[in-house]
Amino acid sequence: MIETAVARPPVPPAPPSTPPVEIPTTTKIAVRSLTVRYGEFTAIRDVTLDVESNRITAIIGPSGSGKSTLLRAMNRMNDLVPGVRMSGEILMDGVDMLDRAVDVVDVRRRVGMVFQRPNPFPKSIYDNVAYGPRLYGVRGRTLNEVVERSLRSAALWDEVKDKLRRSGMALSGGQQQRLCIARAIAVQPEVILMDEPASALDPVATLRIEELIRELRRSFTIVIVTHNMQQASRVSDRTAFFTMGGDRAGYLVEMDETVKIFTNPAERLTEDYVSGRFG
Amino acid sequence: MAMPAATFAAGGRLVRRKTTSLVMLALTVIATVVAIIPLVWIISYVVVQALPALSLTFLTQLPTPVGVPGGGIANALVGSAITVGIGILIAGPIGLLAALFLALSRSQRLATAIRFGTDVVAGVPSIVMGIFVYSIIVLPQGHFSALSGGVVLGFIMLPIVIRTAEEILRLVPSSLREGSLAIGAAEWRTALAVLLPAAINGIVTGIMLAIARAAGEAAPMLFTAFGNPFMSTDVNGPVATLPHTVFVYAISPYEDWRAKAWATALVLMAVVLGLNVLARLITWARSRQTGTAGS
Repeated sequence: MIETAVARPPVPPAPPSTPPVEIPTTTKIAVRSLTVRYGEFTAIRDVTLDVESNRITAIIGPSGSGKSTLLRAMNRMNDLVPGVRMSGEILMDGVDMLDRAVDVVDVRRRVGMVFQRPNPFPKSIYDNVAYGPRLYGVRGRTLNEVVERSLRSAALWDEVKDKLRRSGMALSGGQQQRLCIARAIAVQPEVILMDEPASALDPVATLRIEELIRELRRSFTIVIVTHNMQQASRVSDRTAFFTMGGDRAGYLVEMDETVKIFTNPAERLTEDYVSGRFG
Repeated sequence: MAMPAATFAAGGRLVRRKTTSLVMLALTVIATVVAIIPLVWIISYVVVQALPALSLTFLTQLPTPVGVPGGGIANALVGSAITVGIGILIAGPIGLLAALFLALSRSQRLATAIRFGTDVVAGVPSIVMGIFVYSIIVLPQGHFSALSGGVVLGFIMLPIVIRTAEEILRLVPSSLREGSLAIGAAEWRTALAVLLPAAINGIVTGIMLAIARAAGEAAPMLFTAFGNPFMSTDVNGPVATLPHTVFVYAISPYEDWRAKAWATALVLMAVVLGLNVLARLITWARSRQTGTAGS
């Protein structure tokens, strides 16, 4: 339904822009030796992992293990934190997004984000969704189409089509979160980052969001941080488990297919965590 | 079993606690009443004193010579509108942009320095501001003007606008700012399209406060707008203003002028109050429309 919905090619042909680092084309984002510090404090150390195209990657781990830091590095939202320093690389389609020459605004258009608490703007439902496209000069009838398509993709259209001029703040929590997803989709990003998108919602609304995330996988690459292990196992295709070391710096323990992580993980730490013995 | 007995039967202590509570309550009520007395007193006194000179034509006519019945303060109303208007044109945009910088700046050291400077400016007596503008505008130009009066009022309003707008902008949840930035909106776009609309009610209130403060300034007007018994809309010439008119009439030896001073004071109070109510109505209607408040 959206142009970025491309089936993964079976054989990885090397695209012309591929840098020296070896990346299979199914990799959308390649994190390489990423270390993030806030002042003196190291939030995550030496993280290397691949986010695969059109699949859902879950990041799990105890509080303080740097899950959100990793997520917020992928669209440079960390830049807003005073004193943040990042080293290593985050390659999207082979281009390092941490490079000084890269425009943050462009990164964030291509890598959208949905936050823990729904944060609709104090504007109408229509204006919330239209906010992003308007930034890029979309107007008039095209804008109407984009808004409708985005709301349909976010499974919200039928509930709001008769009250697009009403305030987005008047919706229920679950509807607000789907509105925020529609707002993120509207600029047609390639990747959507979700930071515990259902943690502020009730079980029914949570289930709807999870269904929606499964559905969105066809068009987008999705990375989701979650505290909820059942959610990770229900929703994701691949899971990365983080924990923190003795100096409180978070690091990646292991990453694998979600089924493998939850049934037969390679690391003892992971097994203890997913079976509830730790964390 | 000793515990409940001690808790419920401690007669002496309970009485003392209740007495203390009553005394404290009485003290706070008395303090509140005492605080309200000057307000009621001032307003009622001004109203009573102003009534003899007050009429509808008082607002529409120009001053008359001593002893000539009638006459009004139309010139001062217009002059106040011009000078305060110039003040807003100066303090509004500059103050808003400065407040945005202070609220969003990541360099807290610079922001703290500017904030301190703003507080210092806010503490400068308005008569000092008057002398300052007198020497940078009136002296070089060689004449008094509404413009110089407006500039003084702008200087007086600026710190008020900056500090209130900054406080309000800080109250806008950072999640809104992040939401906008995460879509790929630039900082300035986020500020204009998300932060300002969310904070507009408080900002308008801050500007109204600044207007209320500036509209009542008489001292700096002695050096700048100067006063003018005739109707003038010339920005480059002297104009009358409401507080300055109160001053001139009040120190005059004529009975009818002193009555007019009270009436002018009442008009000044009414104008400021009216502007405040108007601002509340506008922002209230706006927030009902967008659903900023509530829900």
